[in-house]
Amino acid sequence: MSEDFNDNKTIQAQSSEAISGGGSGIGADADYVRPAEVADQDLYHGHSFITKWIFCQDAKVIGVQYFLLATFTGIIGLILSWLMRLQLGFPGLAPFMTAEHYYQFVTMHGMIMVVYFLTALFLGGFGNYLIPLMVGARDMVFPYLNMVSFWSFFVAVAVLLASFFVPGGPTGSGWTLYPPQAILEGTPGSGWGIMLMCISLILFVAGFTMGGLNYLITVLQARTRGMTLMRMPLTVWGIFTATVLAMLAFPALLVGALMMSLDNVLGTSFFMPTILKAGEVLEYGGGSPILFQHLFWFFGHPEVYIVALPAFGIISDLISVHARKNIFGYRMMVWAIVGIGALSFFVWAHHMYVSGMNPWFGFFFATTTLIIAVPTAMKVYNWILTLWRGNIRLNTVMLWCLGFIVTFVNGGITGIFLGNVSVDVPLSDTYFVIAHFHMVMGIAPLMVIMGAVYHWFPLVSGRFLDEKLGKWHFWLTFLGAYSIYFPMHYLGFIGVPRRYFEMYDSPYVTSAVGMNEFISIAAFIVGAAQFILIYNIIKTLKTGKPAGHNPWQACSLEWLTPSVPPEHGNWGDRLPTVHRWAYDFSVPGAKEDFITQTTPPSEVANTEVEKT
Amino acid sequence: MHVGIIFFLVILGSVLFHIFTPWYWTDVASNWGGMDDTITLTFWIGGGVFIAVCLFMIYCVFKFSYKKDRKAEYKPEDKKLEKILTWATTLGVAALLAPGLIIWNQYVNVPKNAIEIDVMAWQWGWQYRLPGEDGKLGTTKVVNINDNNPFGINLDDPFGNDDVMIQSDVINLENNRPVKILLRSVDVLHNWYVPQFRAKMDAVPGIVTYYWFEPNKTGEFEVLCAEYCGVGHYAMRGGVEVQDKQDYDNWLQQQETFSDLIAKQKILENEKTKLAKK
Repeated sequence: MSEDFNDNKTIQAQSSEAISGGGSGIGADADYVRPAEVADQDLYHGHSFITKWIFCQDAKVIGVQYFLLATFTGIIGLILSWLMRLQLGFPGLAPFMTAEHYYQFVTMHGMIMVVYFLTALFLGGFGNYLIPLMVGARDMVFPYLNMVSFWSFFVAVAVLLASFFVPGGPTGSGWTLYPPQAILEGTPGSGWGIMLMCISLILFVAGFTMGGLNYLITVLQARTRGMTLMRMPLTVWGIFTATVLAMLAFPALLVGALMMSLDNVLGTSFFMPTILKAGEVLEYGGGSPILFQHLFWFFGHPEVYIVALPAFGIISDLISVHARKNIFGYRMMVWAIVGIGALSFFVWAHHMYVSGMNPWFGFFFATTTLIIAVPTAMKVYNWILTLWRGNIRLNTVMLWCLGFIVTFVNGGITGIFLGNVSVDVPLSDTYFVIAHFHMVMGIAPLMVIMGAVYHWFPLVSGRFLDEKLGKWHFWLTFLGAYSIYFPMHYLGFIGVPRRYFEMYDSPYVTSAVGMNEFISIAAFIVGAAQFILIYNIIKTLKTGKPAGHNPWQACSLEWLTPSVPPEHGNWGDRLPTVHRWAYDFSVPGAKEDFITQTTPPSEVANTEVEKT
Repeated sequence: MHVGIIFFLVILGSVLFHIFTPWYWTDVASNWGGMDDTITLTFWIGGGVFIAVCLFMIYCVFKFSYKKDRKAEYKPEDKKLEKILTWATTLGVAALLAPGLIIWNQYVNVPKNAIEIDVMAWQWGWQYRLPGEDGKLGTTKVVNINDNNPFGINLDDPFGNDDVMIQSDVINLENNRPVKILLRSVDVLHNWYVPQFRAKMDAVPGIVTYYWFEPNKTGEFEVLCAEYCGVGHYAMRGGVEVQDKQDYDNWLQQQETFSDLIAKQKILENEKTKLAKK
């Protein structure tokens, strides 16, 4: 650790020498390598409070802004889930809980968690903070656009939350927003609510496109000298590929939201066939409700991977650093990320096996869906093979990693049930589906987020989070969440349909009452446990143990900035030069059990490095 | 140490839960027992992988937790191992996909002797129509629907006259005779779902969708709407009664046909005009 600190000092000293050497400055320094072919990026340095912390153009601050706003929205989603579980576990206990409210909470919970929490947090939060640091750039390539991206997200969230206060309340059409019911009376919020939801989504997509272009071009164009694509940390690969998916998938959602708004406001019939409502034939005709489902899921399925791929990347880095071992099969991992990303555009209709689309599509989509299981399984094997013969630190970060592996494999296996077309028939639209996707894209990514927070908090704040609180947080969350979703699959086997406000006394669901109570109580506990993290952050921001430079002895660039936390511009006077991949842990012959990416081969001459 | 033990208990608990759970699927009452079999097969293969991966992970936690004087192995990749794992996984996936597709092939190909049933959904209820002696259902249009023509049958379609109209949310089915459910909706998406039959399909306004099954247990079953259809979704129930042939035929004879309904209405109208004249 201290050695590393000295390294940085030397680089700085050299660079100031080079600058004071006059002329081109290059001749004065024999080791000097130009970090880029083009001139260094000009950055806008804010001086007032507003330009520094509010309308800020520093990707790191924007990342934190995204993180905080996404977390705030996520807490609203969490409270909504509590209200839903209150109704399901203890129906009739809350006097305000009508069927209308229940469906509104279901809808807002789903949309908030998938789009405004997970997507914004992984790409907007981690993407902004980590991409420039990990590839050795001074900032995102378009800092101003990046700022606008965050504020578009802010407006999108404001519009979304405003729908709680409009006449009729927020939309209660389910997060999938299927027409015709989404815009017909009979669904709560079919007027104002769905309108604001569509506007909010359009704003989100617009803002997200600005951010997404930034991530892509930064990764492609602003990597420092020596940072080849195949030396990038998998976190960057995951976020990069997810952004490509987002750029291609979000337009489908945008178009769907626009067309449905037109149906709603102007009376077009994109998604609206002839409809008889309360004895009267409405002025629609000829539209196709299934067309909307295709548009929605053409976005919706890649969306799963927009969340999952950054999680895959981050977890790979966390496991590698804390197992003190290189990620096993790096190249396979990269190609698996890219392959999963590409395949994810050919599987969308597995959400629609029983939607009434041409049933012959089922053969195609079941096959593509099960093919995607192969690269995904390879990733799982490589994570556990990274643990094999490692030197595993069982700290809080590693606990979240282990929790991720268990929940992700569990949720992945149930995905094979649902992807396998005829097995999906009895299970679709039941609680089995709810259990599956919460396990695989709710809890598993949440484990990654938490692991990442405990891992990178020392970089962002310069202090460690409290380990003891962290372990409480982990065990309550992991054991609680697992006992919510594992038994829930079995409700699906009984045949309990999803989106039921109340079950009445159907003979085969009365047996589920006890389980529903148990699940609700577990949900209250798991939700409450998340506030341990908030307490931990507030507490350790001031009193936590100072972390210093590279506290985890990691190899990747984000830990090698001259100051911790990194300043605006990240790298001081000179950009780093990269000599190896991000995973040179425990190299035979090396003095320490890690070699940083900036260490030139001459400094570690006697080591047997295989992959650089 | 305790970390590995807790994770082990989680896995053990999952297995025990699966073995001893009182919550499991209802007895299948149709020909789709093959779906249950595929689920069981997926449980064996998938569950095996889940347990193997988790146990391997737990072993690593026990065996390779941090020691200061030990160094991790340095091995960036192992092409042979990766190849073996890829092919083994592909094989496992194929073994699951094959029965899935075979059953799907049966699902989309309806047997010729299946009796067609028109299931019409609306917010929030069901009604049913059976073909009459000609064995064919009359064509319909949403705009035709009114009090005198609850199914919107096209009046110029000769096949429609003898259609049997069941204006109840309970339909009777003949045991061991395949039925083709023709689904339509007059407003939003619905889904006619009986858990014991395993099968389901959305009813989509504007088109007619279908699926088929063959009931093989007599008795009463509850119909649930399985596609979210607005605020009354959870209350949108119906019923099915599966009967032996004789009971079924008796029931069928008591039902009204479309021409019966028209005749009855004509009488009513005549009486009305007579009353008005008086």
